[in-house]
Amino acid sequence: MTDIATYNFAYLDEQTKRMIRRAILKGIAIPGYQVPFASREMPMPYGWGTGGVQVTASIIGPDDVLKVIDQGADDTTNAVSIRAFFKKVANVAVTTETATATIIQTRHRIPEHPLNAGQVLVFQVPIPEPLRFLEPRETETRKMHALEEYGLMHVKLYEDIARHGRIATTYAYPVKVEGRYVMDPSPTPKFDNPKMHRSPALQLFGAGREKRIYAVPPLTDVVSLDFEDHPFEVQTFDQPCALCGAENVYLDEVILDDHGGHMFVCSDTDHCEKRREDGHHGHLAAETNLASGKTEPAE
Amino acid sequence: MNIATQSIDGGFTEPVFNAQVVFRAIMDAMARPGSVQALPQLARPPAPLSATAGAVALALCDNDTPVWLDQALQAEASVKAWLGFHTGAPLANTPTDAHFALIANPKEMPALDGFAQGTQEYPDRSTTLILLTGDLGSGPTLLLEGPGIEKTAMIAPTGMPRHFVEQWKQNNQRFPRGVDIILAAPGSLACLPRTTRIRTMEA
Repeated sequence: MTDIATYNFAYLDEQTKRMIRRAILKGIAIPGYQVPFASREMPMPYGWGTGGVQVTASIIGPDDVLKVIDQGADDTTNAVSIRAFFKKVANVAVTTETATATIIQTRHRIPEHPLNAGQVLVFQVPIPEPLRFLEPRETETRKMHALEEYGLMHVKLYEDIARHGRIATTYAYPVKVEGRYVMDPSPTPKFDNPKMHRSPALQLFGAGREKRIYAVPPLTDVVSLDFEDHPFEVQTFDQPCALCGAENVYLDEVILDDHGGHMFVCSDTDHCEKRREDGHHGHLAAETNLASGKTEPAE
Repeated sequence: MNIATQSIDGGFTEPVFNAQVVFRAIMDAMARPGSVQALPQLARPPAPLSATAGAVALALCDNDTPVWLDQALQAEASVKAWLGFHTGAPLANTPTDAHFALIANPKEMPALDGFAQGTQEYPDRSTTLILLTGDLGSGPTLLLEGPGIEKTAMIAPTGMPRHFVEQWKQNNQRFPRGVDIILAAPGSLACLPRTTRIRTMEA
């Protein structure tokens, strides 16, 4: 580090980190409650994960190994740029392997590989308030949380059933945390909701523009809202991943040509690469040698 | 040693990295109540403030967070000077004004409901208590359950407040309001967030 103008470790100044750290501790102590915090401007636009980046910057240390995913993928713009950001400002080791990472910052997916007890999952959240589209006034939603008045959310799910014959919400599917707070799991597909329930990893949520931090401690009940006669269910896919043949994973549709050709592939790229390395093949997989699971040490 | 030297010495040697280590220990302890997190000696505050409690204060307190000191700490000018110099935190006049409370003698401390509890709308506006306890394994056993705990966890801190189990039950009943506790023992710390329930042991 010979640059004259150098940043503090992990970009944020220490007072900001302390403020965010205090908010994280309150969030852990009150699972699902949205703690207001003095979100800073970050060197990226709102919507690119400024909340998640601030949370990661406040918890990360020189020994951490960071993985960043964007819709499950390690190699899309948002993931690549945030990973590069932390490599630059914190000089930490980065990886694409779920099992190697100590901190995983994610935009809208939970990895397929089961998480373990030491890991922290940091979510980037656009709209933290699950009731916001039902009630635009912050004063009112705050009162609804205070009084545990969540009838409106059930009405919304009921209207889904009345209109579509089923609960049509497929992402940002509301959950109840530890029997108290209704929480937005961030726009993850509802496929990932069951993974939040009693997860061994700590889950932190940062919303930069909306200035809220919330958390789900490990081994905490996270229950998706539903009705007795319309129980919560996750998406299913009729075909396995076209590249690795995985079933019971979340798939993305990829358009192949302009004649309607398409294929379904794993949204979790690390999971898909690992499976192909282990010799699994989908019906469209090419015979190539993959160099996957890269871990780059700190310099 | 005079007060001026005492108040300047004994801060973090590596403020950025030490604060991160202490915070991660607190975060892990808060996420897994009852788990004991080892902490190297990173701060050397004047007595009766302990190294662990001093490090926690340095990691979390600053000029945004009024700190309340119990009588034993209040009586030591060097403690106030040390906290003032290293954290810049103002001293809270009453427990209800405090974001953090440092308590050197938990046995004699005010009742838990005397501290800020937060409001039903903003339950985060509550006091976090930092109790200076003896070691965390040789006192009366507390059987813990709640978020962050697989089935049950056990911790046995010495020198806890009077009628603690009963007071804690009332703290649970105020949820989402309530106080959170950081137990600062020599060389280690543990946490009791307000969600943790203490099960009374049946004989």
